[in-house]
This record gives sequence, C-alpha cells and structure tokens, in this order.
Amino acid sequence: METGKIHVTDRSGDRHELDAVQGWRLMELIRDQANDNADLKVEALCGGAAACATCHVYVDDAWADRLHPPRDEEVQMLDEAFGVTERSRLSCQIIWSPDLDGLHVTLAPEFD
Amino acid sequence: MTLISKPASAPIVTDAVIVGAGPVGLFAVFELGLLGLSAHLVDALDKVGGQCAELYPEKPIFDIPAWPRITGQELTDRLMEQAAPFNPVFHLNQQAQSLSQQPDGSWRLETSAGTVFHTANVVIAAGAGAFTPRRPPIPGIDAFEGKSVFYAVRDRSKFVGKNLIIAGGGDSALDWALALADDAASVTLLHRRDDFRAAPDSVEKMRRLVAEGRMALAIGQPSSLEGEDGHLQALNITTTDGPKRLPADALLAFYGLKPQLGPIAEWGLNLNASTVLVDTEKFQTNVPGIFAIGDINHYPGKLKLILSGFHEAALMSQEAFRRARPAERLVFRYTTSSSDLQQKLGVA
Repeated sequence: METGKIHVTDRSGDRHELDAVQGWRLMELIRDQANDNADLKVEALCGGAAACATCHVYVDDAWADRLHPPRDEEVQMLDEAFGVTERSRLSCQIIWSPDLDGLHVTLAPEFD
Repeated sequence: MTLISKPASAPIVTDAVIVGAGPVGLFAVFELGLLGLSAHLVDALDKVGGQCAELYPEKPIFDIPAWPRITGQELTDRLMEQAAPFNPVFHLNQQAQSLSQQPDGSWRLETSAGTVFHTANVVIAAGAGAFTPRRPPIPGIDAFEGKSVFYAVRDRSKFVGKNLIIAGGGDSALDWALALADDAASVTLLHRRDDFRAAPDSVEKMRRLVAEGRMALAIGQPSSLEGEDGHLQALNITTTDGPKRLPADALLAFYGLKPQLGPIAEWGLNLNASTVLVDTEKFQTNVPGIFAIGDINHYPGKLKLILSGFHEAALMSQEAFRRARPAERLVFRYTTSSSDLQQKLGVA
C-alpha cells in the first residue's frame, strides 16, 4: 500500500506533518492522528457521508487545481458550513492517493 | 404510532422514557416491550429515525445484520413496524430538559415543551445529541436570538410588515421566503452562491419574484449584526465584491441542523467528551436508573455502529425490568418458542 505525507494547519495555526495512506479519506487521516490535540480534531459527525459539514478544510492555493472537483452533494453540504471560500472542501470527500503526497490543508474554524 | 405534541395536564407514568427516537431508541421499545415494559420517546426532530432520517435517509447501510443493503429511511420504517405491537408513544419537536429524582427513587423528566414523565428508567439513546439549528458564528448574535434573529418560524404574524432577510439555500429558506414574500415589507434571500439545493419548483418561483422585483437576492455570507437591545437594524455580509450592508428588521437563518448534547450534560452523569460513560453489563450510567445506549455512550472497546446499540438495548432492558418490576421474576425466553412473547407481539 502506498503511503506518503500530508500537511495540516490546525485551528491555532500550527502546522503538522501527518502520515497518509492510499485510499484513506483526508478526514480519516486527520481524525486518526489528532490524538489529544483539540485544535487538530475534526468532528466528522456523519462519519464520511458528506452529510454534516463538520470536516470543513481550506485547501492550500498550490493544491487547489490538483484535486478532483467536488460533487454536487459536497457543494450542497457546504451551504450549511460557515466561512466558506473557494478553497473550501469537506475533507471526507478527498481520498488520498500518491499524487496528493504533500497536500496542505488548513482546518476551518469549528462552531457550536 | 401515537404522536403527542401538546403536553398532558398530568404527568405521564411509564416504565421507561427513551431520549431519542433513532434506530437504537426504536429497537429499545421492542426489547423493553418483550419484557412487558411500556415506553415513551422524546425527540428534538419532527420525525422519528434520528440521523438515519435526518442526515442520510436515502443512503444505503450495508452492516445491519440480515439486511445486505437498507437505506436509513427503510431501516427506520422497519424498526417502527417491529416496535408497533408495543404501542410506543412519541413526543416529537421537544428536547428532554430537566431530570430530578423523586422520594420513591423514580425519575421526573420534563421536556422543553413542558411534558412531564414519571418513570423508573430513563434511557438516553440520543446519538450525537439533539438536532438543533446551526447558529451562524456572528459575534454577539445571542443578544438578538428570539427577538430579531430566528431559526424557525413559530408565529408568522410577527413578520408582517417587516423587512426580512432569510438566509440559506435549502427548502426551509426558500419555503419561508416564498411564504412571507407577500406579508413582509420586503424579503431578501441571502445565500452563499447563486445556486440552490431547494426543490426546483420553489427555486423557479423565487427567481420569478426576484425578476418581478418582489424579492431581493443577495449572494454572500453573514459577517456582523447592527442593532440595539436585540433589535436588528442591518446585517453586514461578505460578498465576492467586498462587504455589503443589508438593512433589516429580522433575520431568519436556515443553515440546517446539528446535534448538540444539550441539557443531558447537566444531569450529573460521568461524561467522556460528549459521550456518556456506562458499564457493559447493564449499559447503565453512574446514576442507577439512567442508561445510555447507542452512539451516545462510551465504554472500553466501544464501536459506534447501529448494531452495537441494538445489543446494548437488549442488555439495558434486563435491568430496566428489575427496576420497574422489583417484585417480579425475570424469565429468559425466546420469541421462537415462547407463547407469552408471541402474545405480546400479537402473533400467537
């Protein structure tokens, strides 16, 4: 199985290098490695069904054109998120593969 | 199915109150029912099924035993059918709120709608929490909530002659924008993009009103509120062309629902983050007579799967029986062979 790295800037601005595994969702990679760092946690309430908008991230400019575009379902779910920009994605809808080695995203703020 | 939305005048006496009418709460009705225990259910949503009905009614689930593939809504329907012989009573559109113990050791539970229960057992099957409206993260918005910022319309006469901003792109936003367009002084629909997920028919009607100048459309996201003493004067929004100020008397925001643990957090239960700690024999919390089953609970090895919640419901019911019927003996029987159980199920 192919592995690599991703970079995630957490909610306090710290950048983390995380392990990436082929076929894992970006949300799962972050959730699995956040440990006790509350600023790096993603809520991911629906478990990856693009049904809750609680794994919102901003994709780094350099990577924006290298991801597959969001499906309608994801765009519609982002309607229920806040602070949405043209770099907004739901991290559960990005499945890691070796061409995403080095991908950098920033976690969106979390709201109650 | 019995639905009660208005509080009864006297407290409702029942063997168990189940907080949450999702798949695990519904199956708990069945397991309690087999032991002869009655149940009332409380849910914040206006429908049964919990996350299965609210988040993914059309999505197939593949790990329900004996159902190679079943959608969230189908699973809900099947569980309702299975629970039907036990006549569960549903109290929807309300949240379990305050809990207190009575002198005889039983529980008094009151909901946000004022419904009061007296019961030996409270079963928390609340999933990720009660679905409540998503609040836009605008600084100071709480001072406006209930006065000029709303997440639901309870009394539409309040909006007659007012300048309204209705935010969101789904059916709730579009339905209310259309419904209030004539009565309000003005309606501005605010959405982050010029594309709407609401029913195509509503979108078409909205486009027509906008073209006729009877409704305004703003593309952007809310950033700050202006007003005094909770009375809105304007909503500032960010747009791709920079900030914009929208004068208004009221904001109706429809950004969907999100589960919140809510008042359960104040019940004196041992929590782990937003889950309730239980033992794995009775799925009871640190407080006797208060149980937690399904996604809301936590114990070593917990897996948040619907099937785990089903198992937990069966074990919880054993202890619930002992509490509700202390003088009676509990006999373990199978539905395949017990005429008593078959009678309860109405198949004997």
